Amino acid sequence: MFGRFGGRYVAETLVPALDELDAAWAEARGDDAFVARLDALLRDYVGRPTPLYHAARLSEAVGAEVWLKREDLAHTGAHKVNNTVGQVLLAERMGKRRVIAETGAGQHGVATATACALLGLDCEVFMGAEDVRRQAPNVKRMELLGAKVVPVQSGSRTLKDAMNEALRDWVTNVETTYYCVGSAAGPHPYPTLVRDLQKVIGEEARAQILERRGKLPDAVVACVGGGSNAIGIFHPFVGDEGVRLIGVEAAGEGVETPRHAATIGGGAEGVLHGMRTFVLQSDDGQIQEAHSVSAGLDYPGVGPEHAWLADSGRAEYVSVTDDEALAAFHRLARTEGILPALETSHAVAALERVAEDASLIVLNLSGRGDKDLNTVLEAG
Amino acid sequence: MSRIGDAFARAREEDRAALVIYLCAGDPDLAITPELIVAVAEAGADVIEVGMPFSDPTADGPTIQQASERALAAGATLPGVLAAVKKARARTDVPVLLFGYYNPILRYGEARLAKDAHDAGVDGLLVVDLPPESAAPLLGPLREHGLDFVPLVAPTSPASRVAAAAEVAGSFLYYVSMTGVTGKAGADLAAAARRAAEIRETTGKPVAVGFGITSPDDVRTVAAQADGAVVGSAVVRAIHGATSDEGRVAAVKELVRALASGARR
Repeated sequence: MFGRFGGRYVAETLVPALDELDAAWAEARGDDAFVARLDALLRDYVGRPTPLYHAARLSEAVGAEVWLKREDLAHTGAHKVNNTVGQVLLAERMGKRRVIAETGAGQHGVATATACALLGLDCEVFMGAEDVRRQAPNVKRMELLGAKVVPVQSGSRTLKDAMNEALRDWVTNVETTYYCVGSAAGPHPYPTLVRDLQKVIGEEARAQILERRGKLPDAVVACVGGGSNAIGIFHPFVGDEGVRLIGVEAAGEGVETPRHAATIGGGAEGVLHGMRTFVLQSDDGQIQEAHSVSAGLDYPGVGPEHAWLADSGRAEYVSVTDDEALAAFHRLARTEGILPALETSHAVAALERVAEDASLIVLNLSGRGDKDLNTVLEAG
Repeated sequence: MSRIGDAFARAREEDRAALVIYLCAGDPDLAITPELIVAVAEAGADVIEVGMPFSDPTADGPTIQQASERALAAGATLPGVLAAVKKARARTDVPVLLFGYYNPILRYGEARLAKDAHDAGVDGLLVVDLPPESAAPLLGPLREHGLDFVPLVAPTSPASRVAAAAEVAGSFLYYVSMTGVTGKAGADLAAAARRAAEIRETTGKPVAVGFGITSPDDVRTVAAQADGAVVGSAVVRAIHGATSDEGRVAAVKELVRALASGARR
C-alpha cells in the first residue's frame, strides 16, 4: 500500500496468483544469480546505462540547464523494456510458458513481445481495436516478434479495455499464464514490482548528474500516464528533499473539457484495475474515457504511488495539452535533433514552466517518437 | 436469520438447491427491472442477484458486459437500481442481493449505500472485486443495517482464504465453478458441486455454485451436492432475445421455471 492508495481489488480467483507473484518476486530479487542475469541483459541487450545528455540548445531555449535521461536509446526505443525483460525473466523462473500483456500505443506490447522472443515464451497482447487501427506499425512489429495481437472490441476499444480483457484472460488461464503489466499500476504487487524494475532509470540518472555536475538537480521531470517512467526516475530522488519531482499529465483538449487524461489533476479517488487511486469517473462511479493525442497517456487511472506522492505533496503534477505537446515535439526535434515520443513531449512542454524556479533540471526522455510520425504529420 | 439465509434453509428443507437468478438491472431499461424481479420470483427463484451495471466489468464475459453497456447507455445509475428494487419489494418477498463492482459503491459511499439499500429492501451485497481483506470499509455499514456480505471462493482459493471468506460471509458463500469469467462454457460442474459440498462441510455455511450454469441439467448436476445454483448469462440472453416487455417477462418466466425444476433433488 502507498498510504491509502494501491491495495488489491480483484476477483478472488486472482488473489492467490498475486500472492504467488509477490513471493516469487521477493525471492528472485534476493537471488544473486537472477539479479546477475537481469543486470547482464540490461547491459548487453537493452543497452544500459542509458546516457544522461546535456541538452545545450534546449537549455538555452527554456532558460535552465536541462539534462535528458536517454531512455529513447534503450532497445525497442523506450523505457518499457526495463520492465518487460525483468518480468518475463520472472515468468520463466515461475515456470509460466505463456505471457499476456495489455498495450495502448503498442510500446509495452512490443517490449513484451521482444522479451518473450528473447526467452522463447509464448506471447499474447491485448490491444483496443481503436488502438490497433491507430498504431498499425506497432501491431506489425509485435507480429514480427512472434506475438499474437488480440484486438479488443469492448467498451471504448482503447487501453483500459485492453487491460480489462487481459484481466479476463488471466482469470481464465491463471494457472499457466503470467500477466506482464506494463505500468506501475494494477493490484499489488504490480505497482511495486514495476517500480523496482524501472527505478534503474533514476538510480543511473542520480549518479550521472552527481558525477557530471557535482550536485543534485533542482527538479526531475517526467510524463505520467500510468506512470512507470516517472516513478522509475522519481523513486531514487524521493529522499532528496531539495529535489522537486514534477509529473506531467496529458490535458488533451484541456482539463476543463471532458477530453483529457489528467487523472490526478482532474480525477477523483476510486478503484480501477485492482488498485485504489485517482480515476477519471462520472458522479455515478462509472469510469470515463481518457483522451490524449498520445496513446500511451490515454488511460483513466494512474499508478497508486503517484496518487500517494501527489496526496502527500512530495511530488507535483501539472498538465500539458495536446497542442503544447505537439509544439514541444517540434522544439526538441529542431533544437537537439531528437524526435521524442508524444508521451515524452508532454514532459518537454512543461520545461519552461519548471524553469521559472529551477536552474538544473533532469528530464526523463522516456521514448523515441518514430511511432508517432503519422499523428504529428496529420496535426500539421 | 436474514431473508437470504431463510431462503437457503427453506430450500434445504424441501430437498432442493436454492435457485439464484442474476438479472442485469437496467437492461434494456430500469422501468422493466421491477417487473422482471417479480416474474423471476414467481417462476421459482429463491434469491435474485440484481446486477449493478459497471463500465469495466473485468470478471464478466461478453453476455453480461454487453448487458451492462446497454443498461448504462439507457441511463441506469445506482440510485435508479435501488429505486427499481424498492418498486419490486412492494410486490415480492424474494431476497435480493446486489451484485457488482466496488467503484460505484465507493463513489456513492459505503455507509450511505448500506442504508439506502436496506431502505430499498435489499438483503445483501456481492462485490466481485472486493476480496475479504479489502472489504472492511463495507462490512461495518452492512452489518449495521443487517445486510449480508457474500464473498466469492474460487478453485484457486487455499484453505486459509476459504476460512477468511467464511469469516465475513453473511448467509452463504459463492463458489466460482472455474477459473474464468461469467458465462464461459466448459466448467466441470460435478466437480465444482463436490468442492462446494466440501466447503460447506468445513465452514458450516451454505455454498452456492455459479459461473457456467445455463440449463436445467446443469442446475441438476450442481443441485446434487451444492446448496445453491446461480444462473446469470443464460437469463440475460433470454431477456435480450425478446422484443417486447411482455416477451421479456414471458421468456424469463419460462426459463426460470425450467431451471427450478432442475433444482429439485
